[in-house]
Amino acid sequence: MRVEIRDIRKYFGSVKANDGITLTLEEGHIYGVLGENGAGKSTLMKILSGYQPPDSGEILLNGQPHTFDSPLSALKNGVGMLYQDPHDIPPFSIVDNFLLGRDKRLRLNYRAAESELKELSSKYGFALDIQAHVDSLSLGERQQLELVRLLAGGAEVLILDEPTTGISAEQKDVLFNSMRKLAREEGKILLLVSHKLEEVQELCDHAFILRRGKYVGEMEIPCPNEKLVEMMFGQVPPRSERPTFELGDPMLELRDVNISTYRLSVKNLNLSVRAGEIFGLAGLEGSGQRLLIQACAGLVRPESGQIILDGQDITSWSYHKTRAVNVAYVAAGRLEEGLVASLSLTEHVVLAQRETDFFVDWAASGQDAQSRIEHYQIVGRPDSTAEELSGGNQQRLLFGLLWNKLKLILLEHPTRGLDVRSTNYIWNLLYQRRQDGTAIIFISPDLDEIIERSDRIAVFSGGVMSRIVDAKTTSVKEIGHMIGGQL
Amino acid sequence: MNDSELILILASIILQAAPLMIAVCGETITERVGVVNLSLDGTMLMSAMTGFVVSLKTDSVWLGFLAGAAVGALFALIIAFGTIRLRQSQVAVGFVLTLLGDDLSAFLGQNFTHIPGPVVKFMPIPVLKDIPILGPLFFNHDMVVYFAFALVGLTWWWLFRTQPGLHLRGTGERPEAAFARGVNVNRVRYLYTLIGGALVGIAGAAYSLNVKIGWAEGHTRGLGWIALAIVIFGGWSPIRGAFGAILFGATKALATVLQRIFPEVSVVAFNSIPWLLMILVLLIVSSESTERIIAFLPRPLQRPLRHLLRAAPPMALGKIFGGK
Repeated sequence: MRVEIRDIRKYFGSVKANDGITLTLEEGHIYGVLGENGAGKSTLMKILSGYQPPDSGEILLNGQPHTFDSPLSALKNGVGMLYQDPHDIPPFSIVDNFLLGRDKRLRLNYRAAESELKELSSKYGFALDIQAHVDSLSLGERQQLELVRLLAGGAEVLILDEPTTGISAEQKDVLFNSMRKLAREEGKILLLVSHKLEEVQELCDHAFILRRGKYVGEMEIPCPNEKLVEMMFGQVPPRSERPTFELGDPMLELRDVNISTYRLSVKNLNLSVRAGEIFGLAGLEGSGQRLLIQACAGLVRPESGQIILDGQDITSWSYHKTRAVNVAYVAAGRLEEGLVASLSLTEHVVLAQRETDFFVDWAASGQDAQSRIEHYQIVGRPDSTAEELSGGNQQRLLFGLLWNKLKLILLEHPTRGLDVRSTNYIWNLLYQRRQDGTAIIFISPDLDEIIERSDRIAVFSGGVMSRIVDAKTTSVKEIGHMIGGQL
Repeated sequence: MNDSELILILASIILQAAPLMIAVCGETITERVGVVNLSLDGTMLMSAMTGFVVSLKTDSVWLGFLAGAAVGALFALIIAFGTIRLRQSQVAVGFVLTLLGDDLSAFLGQNFTHIPGPVVKFMPIPVLKDIPILGPLFFNHDMVVYFAFALVGLTWWWLFRTQPGLHLRGTGERPEAAFARGVNVNRVRYLYTLIGGALVGIAGAAYSLNVKIGWAEGHTRGLGWIALAIVIFGGWSPIRGAFGAILFGATKALATVLQRIFPEVSVVAFNSIPWLLMILVLLIVSSESTERIIAFLPRPLQRPLRHLLRAAPPMALGKIFGGK
């Protein structure tokens, strides 16, 4: 199969997501598609996989032009895409999930489907428990299931969108091996969409670089990282300076803390975080790091042990009580847990006030909102609702609502979905907070972020907290192995 | 009370539960595809009235059922159009239709109250009806009861053993993913909302033509809400839902018996027994302690039991699909 993408254009209002992109893909190759947030990678891949139509341009398969009106029609023509959030159906059994949309026969043939599933998954080294339900699988396993489904559906071209985000080091190896096998032995075309250069260097033999909706060039891989970065950003972006900071006395101490829910129990947490320190927690989702943060925030009651904040025992305090002693918790779900979607910025400011009167002084609050909008550079007005803001601006608003002089900030995925500029902005805000002696604990699935931003790091795996490592001396590889359970 | 009396009581419980089983099946289908038809109570009143009046005028119960189905489908069409096309809240549209059905049925049916009309023919199945216990319980009835049981089986088979059933469930769980697999989400939602509504309409007609024959204002009032509750109780499974409908009928019969034994206690107290029981069962089935108890059982038993007790609402229930 040979794929030609010719002059693809896709505009969203005034935003040119794809502005005349032309690429040619030959069989047996693994291509990297590189670009920063908003470069147009995802849009192009969604067009190629039939999820959305282009405004203009055409796609040629073996020289024949094709238009895909749905992902299914793309798959029927041999193009399948694995989304970052796999398009599976969590409450389904694995076999049901595999069978949905498989063919047009009325009766489901479970026996045939099961043997096909087993055969394909063992062929590519995937270990799937066929009797399970999708929602009991890890993200890595869900990807494997989705890959098997696409292959069974006849995919000759496979697009993988940021496939290594949130999966373990072992699962990544399995995935990469299967990708190599698919390309080298079976002559399929693979496209790896990623912003992680190391992965592209490790796996791909060719890379296309997009910037602001345009094709800016391609490179044979391996090649020097600097060249790729230069093409991605136009010029090498200044790496945000991480100011050195003199740490203070211990601010938060956990002594033999045990937390247990019926899903997971975390045992024997011992930790001391100093004033002004940034402490990163890595690990797959649901490994226990969130429980630690929630216990400190007063959202989960520990079974035993002590949590000491600045000399005060706050074990088993409620959320509102911990909040009153200057602990702030910024949840991952911005619109779900952090903000109220349909309330305006001014109303958020009122909600976040430390002392509240019965009557609201709207004029003063509106001015307050306006000054925060300016200070935190939020693109919005005092009367815009939270849901009207972009993700980056929602995050700025969340930070803009935090009180001054906090003792402890607990963060989940502080920069999820944000581009480089917003990410740097958010971290600069956090660095400034350290001047007040604030201790910061954050969770992130992005290992680079963990290593770059933290002073010290701990990794959670299956409810166990690892030894604590120094961010200056560790590596992504070391953390990756710890996430995989080699604590 | 002797054995044959008990069997008679049980048989009458099944007879009375049949319309509820049909309505529960219909709503289960609708909710499985991701749409809440909250108008059930109004729909059933309208279809009970229409079914009775049409069969009275035409002297054909079959035309009565057909009319009931048409009314149910019409109400469902309004729900579907309002929520899928116009993207309005399913709760709001459903509620308004409930109120509408209640009043409209009272108005349109006012000249037909408390008069006799045609009845569904009693139709015992030869040979099968003579099986001890099971015969009188299940095969000594009429078409409505047989239809209810066949419908439950068919619905289960359709949902869990066919490709269109997968499309249906996938649409209710995660429409984006179903779309990616080639499912025309909105068309599927229209289709099954209409089918579900038609079944609810048949249930309404079945009540006025077979259980409490005739029409009066508010004839089936409350039945629709009961059906909605049983759908949840049944964990969106037609078989568990049917079981719930029969159990509901049984507890009501039990309440009647208890009332005879304790005449001094208020009727209202006994009438609340089914609800208390339902809340209790829901609490037991969906609590974390159940998961803990399961964890103690031998491994081979754990999975089937979890599977059996799996009772989460469809993930996209009540949500509007933003895509095509």
